[in-house]
Amino acid sequence: MAQNQPKSSLEELIDDNLRKVYRQVEDEAVPDRFLALLDQLKQQEDPHDK
Amino acid sequence: MTNETVAKDPRDEIVEHLPALRAFAVSLTRNGSQADDLVQDTIVKAWKNFDKFQQGTNLRAWLFTILRNTFYSAKRKSRREVADTDGLLASTLAEKPHHDGRLAMVDFEKAFATLPAEQREALILVGASGFSYEEAAETCNVAVGTIKSRVNRGRARLAELLDVGPDQAMELTDAPTVAVVASSMQPRRGIV
Repeated sequence: MAQNQPKSSLEELIDDNLRKVYRQVEDEAVPDRFLALLDQLKQQEDPHDK
Repeated sequence: MTNETVAKDPRDEIVEHLPALRAFAVSLTRNGSQADDLVQDTIVKAWKNFDKFQQGTNLRAWLFTILRNTFYSAKRKSRREVADTDGLLASTLAEKPHHDGRLAMVDFEKAFATLPAEQREALILVGASGFSYEEAAETCNVAVGTIKSRVNRGRARLAELLDVGPDQAMELTDAPTVAVVASSMQPRRGIV
């Protein structure tokens, strides 16, 4: 591939949409269940917790 | 030394990757609740196998690998997946995309959802999540060339599905580029 070849508009268009699809979810707040799960996993491993 | 080994637990970093994990999971499952179940399984597996993670290497890529392996092994088990991608598209893509040089998001997502999972993941990893081809290849445990070809086939198929073929590209870009696009977007109808 030529080194300085700019991305085609079509490719940009598609990548742009890919990023949108991805970010839509990425920008959502992480559901509490996952934070709770991580806490729980941690607790299980530290039985000598305060 | 006190009992307080407050040295940061590297596992605490997992939380930083949750948004990306969810986004990757949705792109694989195409279903929110399934995606979150997948993320949940991934977290548990990652936690239990954290000793296998090499400190200093790419944690996100490692987590993504676990997620996709979990996804594919579950998929292999339940072969209930609809294989008919074209039929699905026909029923969902009722309207043609707007011909204003912009893809309507909804059309794009529908088209994207019809791609084979391996193309979706390659496109998402390289096109959206910022992985290099090398990182994506490692994550998917395939050769770099394989990732490249999946990305290319995925892009070509999307262009085809969305009817952003050479005609529309013409409106978007100059003639020399169109020629390049047109030739590179030509779906292979059999190897000559």
